[in-house]
Amino acid sequence: MGLFVLRRLGVMLLTAIALTFVVFYLTNLQPNLEKLARTEGSVRMTEEAVQDWIAQNGHSGSVFLRYGQWLGVVPGWTYTDEKGQMRGRCFAIGQDAAAAPDYCGLLQGNWGFSTFFKTPVMASLGDKLAATGWLMLAVMLVMVPTSLILGVLSGMREGSATDRTLSTFSIASTATPEYVSGVVLVALFATAATGISPILAEYGLIEPKKTLFLASATSAMDDITFWNFTLPVMTIALYGIGYIARMTRASMTEVMTQQYIRTARLKGVPFRTVVMRHALRNALIAPFTVIMLQFPWLLNGVVIVESLFNYKGFGWTLVQAASNNDIPLLLACSVVAVVVVLLTQLISDIGYVFLNPRIRLA
Amino acid sequence: MDQLTWTGSAGTVLLPVMQIAVLVLMLALVAKLLFVLAGLDVPRLPGPDGTIAARTPGLFASLAIRYSFLAALGAVLLTLAAGAVMPSQVEAGILGSMAVRFWPVWLALAATFVLSLRFRRRLGLYGKLFDSTVGMIGFAIVMFWVFTAIFADMIITQDPFAQLSGLKNKVPGIAAPESAYGWYLLGGDHLARDVFSRMVMGAREVLKIAPAATLFAFMVGITLGLPAGYFGGKLDTFISFLANLVLAFPVILLFYLLVTPEIRDTGIPIVLAGLLFLFPIIFLTVLWNSRYYTNPPQRNLYVGITLVLGLWAYSGLAFNMDPLGVWSMEPNMLNVFVSVVFVNSPGVFRIVRGLVMDIKARDYVAAGQTRGEGPWYIMLWEILPNARGPLIVDFCLRIGYTTILLGTLGFFGLGVSPDSPDWGSTIDDGRKLLNLFPHPALAPALALMSLVLGLNLLADGLREESLKD
Repeated sequence: MGLFVLRRLGVMLLTAIALTFVVFYLTNLQPNLEKLARTEGSVRMTEEAVQDWIAQNGHSGSVFLRYGQWLGVVPGWTYTDEKGQMRGRCFAIGQDAAAAPDYCGLLQGNWGFSTFFKTPVMASLGDKLAATGWLMLAVMLVMVPTSLILGVLSGMREGSATDRTLSTFSIASTATPEYVSGVVLVALFATAATGISPILAEYGLIEPKKTLFLASATSAMDDITFWNFTLPVMTIALYGIGYIARMTRASMTEVMTQQYIRTARLKGVPFRTVVMRHALRNALIAPFTVIMLQFPWLLNGVVIVESLFNYKGFGWTLVQAASNNDIPLLLACSVVAVVVVLLTQLISDIGYVFLNPRIRLA
Repeated sequence: MDQLTWTGSAGTVLLPVMQIAVLVLMLALVAKLLFVLAGLDVPRLPGPDGTIAARTPGLFASLAIRYSFLAALGAVLLTLAAGAVMPSQVEAGILGSMAVRFWPVWLALAATFVLSLRFRRRLGLYGKLFDSTVGMIGFAIVMFWVFTAIFADMIITQDPFAQLSGLKNKVPGIAAPESAYGWYLLGGDHLARDVFSRMVMGAREVLKIAPAATLFAFMVGITLGLPAGYFGGKLDTFISFLANLVLAFPVILLFYLLVTPEIRDTGIPIVLAGLLFLFPIIFLTVLWNSRYYTNPPQRNLYVGITLVLGLWAYSGLAFNMDPLGVWSMEPNMLNVFVSVVFVNSPGVFRIVRGLVMDIKARDYVAAGQTRGEGPWYIMLWEILPNARGPLIVDFCLRIGYTTILLGTLGFFGLGVSPDSPDWGSTIDDGRKLLNLFPHPALAPALALMSLVLGLNLLADGLREESLKD
């Protein structure tokens, strides 16, 4: 078991390095750097001045060396201009170059300076991640119980009318990406023009010109309420519910055909007890893995929903960083994303081994 | 000219029916769910004395669900059918007029279903699909959009790019005196273009890329997955590591990195295209060679045709250097296409690899090895045909997934021209004014949802039928 975890950790580290290098390479392509030079320097720079700017700001040279600097395993660049003023990765202009550390990268805790938000990356990413954390928590609280109940209900009597209805619902929910369900939910619940809000207003259940839910989650940054947070959470949860419910159903139907279930039924144990006591525990092993592996998908959902509902969290930051050519911020975002994905993979693997005693890996 | 109502004159009768049916359906669904949760919904089995128990409340709820659903569906279908016999658009309503505009699609659908049902016993797995209701519904939805894409020019009421004055963000059914048709059936968007025509044209945009990109991803996944699963060892470890690398990437991040105007300057999409587009040629060449190498004239013919056609298309599609100018792809289209193939192929690879590892332990593979067949013959002509069931199912699911991915690209405005009518970017255009005017975003959203739903139902039906083999 220990060796298995160790080997997994090794592969994980290798994957993380490879992935961050790919992101580094793709964000530091020559056209991106030229664009950066023009936004940081001046728009009307000549081709020559752009090349000089790139060279003077540590963006020239081998991509491997620059990646090493960013990671913090290669000494940071320094540049002395014609006036004798020194600039470098590890110190601001005017600071003493000798006193600055040689290495300053990710490993030393230096995540760089966001060129779009004009703040250190750490500072701008921290509270954004917290905001997304609340969103994820709410999504999990809605998604996991709902999908497990739906899956168990449809899986306990395969082929029944309940099963077919719920399976159709699951298929429909997996067929609806977030940007579609978001639009549909807003049209149904959050506009004064269509959907059910005008009807409710007519009956006097809500104030006129108000809507049942709010179509923007910006106010949820400070104060999460049922009114402003329901739609973003439901939009992300809906896409996942169908998938987890189908997996739970598959695992439940498999368990229900097992010998020990039949034995219990023949002993005269009520169907309800059989489901709750005998089947449920074994049926929930597979969905655990699926729920953990759902995190990378949630990341996609988060990006779409945060831009759709204008909720300034991690996904919104990623979109801003990518569309504004903010290289350090985009790199930091990708590090977070990659770490989340790899950690959930590891947890699902280890958890699966723990939950299922039949599997013994090296 | 008057504004159109949704249901026209047929609506005076059918609209109340529809409303009551939908209300009953909702109530029955909720009731049923409560009964199931409360344990009141047990199957009606004969008791020990051979009599059947009284109907449970759950059963009544089921009956209510079924009949109210049929009533609602019937009312909608009648409204659509009524549109065809009504003399003018005003009496036909929006739904009726739309049904009339789709006449080539209905005709083609009817022909497909009549022919397929007539000859279904001779059509293999495709014919078996018509034994499953779910599969048939899915197939009908998918074919509806396929025929819509084919006949889009005949269906649209208006040039999808034309902007008519005074129709900005107008509600569905608004009269458009300047247009030849006279109405904007689904209203106008933020640039006063016809939402209905753009939705119809969008089907063509989506269905032009999604199936082709999925097919290419399958070629890449199969060509790499077969040897990885069959030989195992270092080759498997290496390719699996690469596949996991791509799979661990959050898709949106990858799209933001791969589909940008800047990256087109560096030539990375062309390099990727040069790599990925090579796989279909390799696949087909090895396929023919492994089977016909004992008969050189036949082998040379097949491999020759593949190479000539393949390399001709390859030079045009990947490098835009087709000497005859038949094959070509716009740079941003190529970028989108390559990225979608790149994202999809590791998933296919994993499935193929798993299937091969399962199948290679079968007796007929051992028989082939004993006969002295080459490894590629066994992989391509023994294992692959036997893995076709799950692969066809995955193909349908993956087209749906690719459609979602293309929509995501459009939603973030990546790689598509700004006024393109594809569904993703139309949703993106419409979402800015979603609170005030939901209809421009709603039409493409529902279209995309129905296409993906159709593909998923089709895959479900195929899975059910292929498991019966």
